[in-house]
Amino acid sequence: MKKFTTHSGVAAPILRINIDTDAIIPSREMKRVSRKGLGASLFADWRYENGVVQQGNESPDFVLNQPAYLNASILLAGQNMGCGSSREFAVWALTDFGIQAVIAPSFGAIFYLNCVRNGLLPIILDASTINDIVAVIDQDPQATKIAIDLKQSTVAVSGQQYTFKIEASYQKLLLEGLDPIDLTLRRTQSIDQFIAKDRLKRPWAHLGGPALSQ
Amino acid sequence: MIHQKPGLTLFEKIWKDHTVAENDDGSSLIYIDRVFLHERTGSLALSGLSASDRTTKNPNHVFCTMDHIVDTTPGRGDDTQVPGGIEFIQVTRKLAHQEGITLFDLNNPRQGISHVVAAEQGIALPGCTMICPDSHTCTLGGIGALATGVGSSDCEHALATETLSFFKPRQMRINFSGQLPLGVTAKDMMLHLIANESAAGGSGFAVEFAGPAIADLEVEARQTLCNMAVEFSAFTGIVAPDEKVITYLKDKPYAPKGQEWDQAVNYWKTLKSDVDASFDAEIDIDCTDIAPTVTWGTSPQHAISIDDKIPDPKQADDPADGDAISRALDYIGLSPGRPISGTPIQAAFIGSCTNSRLSDLRIAADILKGKSVAPGIRAICVPGSSQVKRKAEKEGLDVIFKQSGFEWRESGCSLCFYAGGEGFSPGDRIITTTNRNFEGRQGPMTRSHLASPATVAASAIEGCITDFRTQGAR
Repeated sequence: MKKFTTHSGVAAPILRINIDTDAIIPSREMKRVSRKGLGASLFADWRYENGVVQQGNESPDFVLNQPAYLNASILLAGQNMGCGSSREFAVWALTDFGIQAVIAPSFGAIFYLNCVRNGLLPIILDASTINDIVAVIDQDPQATKIAIDLKQSTVAVSGQQYTFKIEASYQKLLLEGLDPIDLTLRRTQSIDQFIAKDRLKRPWAHLGGPALSQ
Repeated sequence: MIHQKPGLTLFEKIWKDHTVAENDDGSSLIYIDRVFLHERTGSLALSGLSASDRTTKNPNHVFCTMDHIVDTTPGRGDDTQVPGGIEFIQVTRKLAHQEGITLFDLNNPRQGISHVVAAEQGIALPGCTMICPDSHTCTLGGIGALATGVGSSDCEHALATETLSFFKPRQMRINFSGQLPLGVTAKDMMLHLIANESAAGGSGFAVEFAGPAIADLEVEARQTLCNMAVEFSAFTGIVAPDEKVITYLKDKPYAPKGQEWDQAVNYWKTLKSDVDASFDAEIDIDCTDIAPTVTWGTSPQHAISIDDKIPDPKQADDPADGDAISRALDYIGLSPGRPISGTPIQAAFIGSCTNSRLSDLRIAADILKGKSVAPGIRAICVPGSSQVKRKAEKEGLDVIFKQSGFEWRESGCSLCFYAGGEGFSPGDRIITTTNRNFEGRQGPMTRSHLASPATVAASAIEGCITDFRTQGAR
């Protein structure tokens, strides 16, 4: 998995509450059995006129289409960011577009974990802090970059610094780019011991033949 | 001195029995009894597994269906109107065979919407953990399973290891007391709850639905209830399994048989929250206050009673809420202060993992019998599974739907969200039994109003959002 240590970039505000993953990428834009190439479809219905994903068809009002927010790599969002569908395509669309961190007061639970699994840093800051940040960057977003340091769990902008909370294990996964499956596979022995006991306790829950790994 | 162990909630009992290990960070490694896949996100989990040279640890516990991309028009094949959709179907089929997991392919009599199939085949069971790369996996809480939606990567983790690590969610109990008014359903209960408590009200919680009104609900209705726990942002929803659930599961294809059935039933009977269990939050709802409920905006929390008026953003307590209401009204094309009832519609949809089971179709058919859908209204019914479809046809429900002017489809997720590559036309206003009224959910620029099957059927006949209790009285 891609590591996240520090990042400094242009931040774009989409301060709506309850931004759902259908808005981040509509179902019709998930066209391949692939995690790649989804950036063009990011926010399709908001970013393009009538939702038609095509160069030249961009809606000028949408923040990511405005020259002031060119090359945005950080999103600022409202509460319950990424609610709705579990589609990991939403995170793949964000990362493919170039977004490296999303800052919101709260996140949809599945979306939050999907971010962590893909090296996209989800940052929780309260709504008033986010409003303060937006007020600061608003004048000149290109010049007023946001600097994120995951190890220190800080967000800095124009001399102001804010601290955010993240579970230590998620922080470690992101900092080191670890693969959680690899980590768990090292625990196969204790998993198999659990299963062997459970088969005696709840035989009815176990379908088919013996299932211990070879 | 003897220290009494503190009581556990229903959720905590299942959690405890599935804890393989406590992790250093305070999360738990949880044993996953069942993994369910579909071709949209399951294909990514399977291909990810394959690309990393890993395999499914226990194929006996993994099931897959085709619902998200598959066409729902009669006579369907692998072709679909979803751009690139055929690849999802064919990759899923190939990898399911390669991994040796059970696949309910598109012409399999057991095919259907994942969460409908998992219950009706007895794949999800009370006291079992289940994950699926789909947010509505919480539906299975309706039979007492600890079921939750995850992303494709976490699904891959469960396939490879039979486990997933979770931080234990906080515990919430929602007590539904009082008698539901006639014709008011689980769908109305959930829309009412989410409207009162907000779409983020359950965030960080596992929610147990309890109380006499829940005990009165049939098992299919409990699935509808738990289905929308994710719309409440909960980790999952769950209802304690009771005799109704035991009767429901008896003789289901993948449910335990013989001696194992007896063992299972004995265990299931222990699955209820202890009297001294402690909840981090409790909400009481009096069902006598719940009317048929319908959404007016673009979040499930934008719901009101059918006899209520569309809210005014100027009256919102919080300016952020006011902004959200204004934006929603702007998208949905409605004015504040007007009654929601009587709003003209262009389409009606009955289907989805929320409301497509036999009991839902019976309720709708009851209202449609002998009547016709209003002129110009596109009306579609998509049974939740191929089995639901066959049973409905045996009862003649298909004839009622078709005679009233509804299309009668093969099973799948269909127009709930542009599945099968079909959407309603831009600008269409749809009354729908589905779970999400997000912008563009049912096609670009479409406007969705969530409601129960009874409300959808009555509205289809009248051509406008209609209170089925007073239908024809005007």
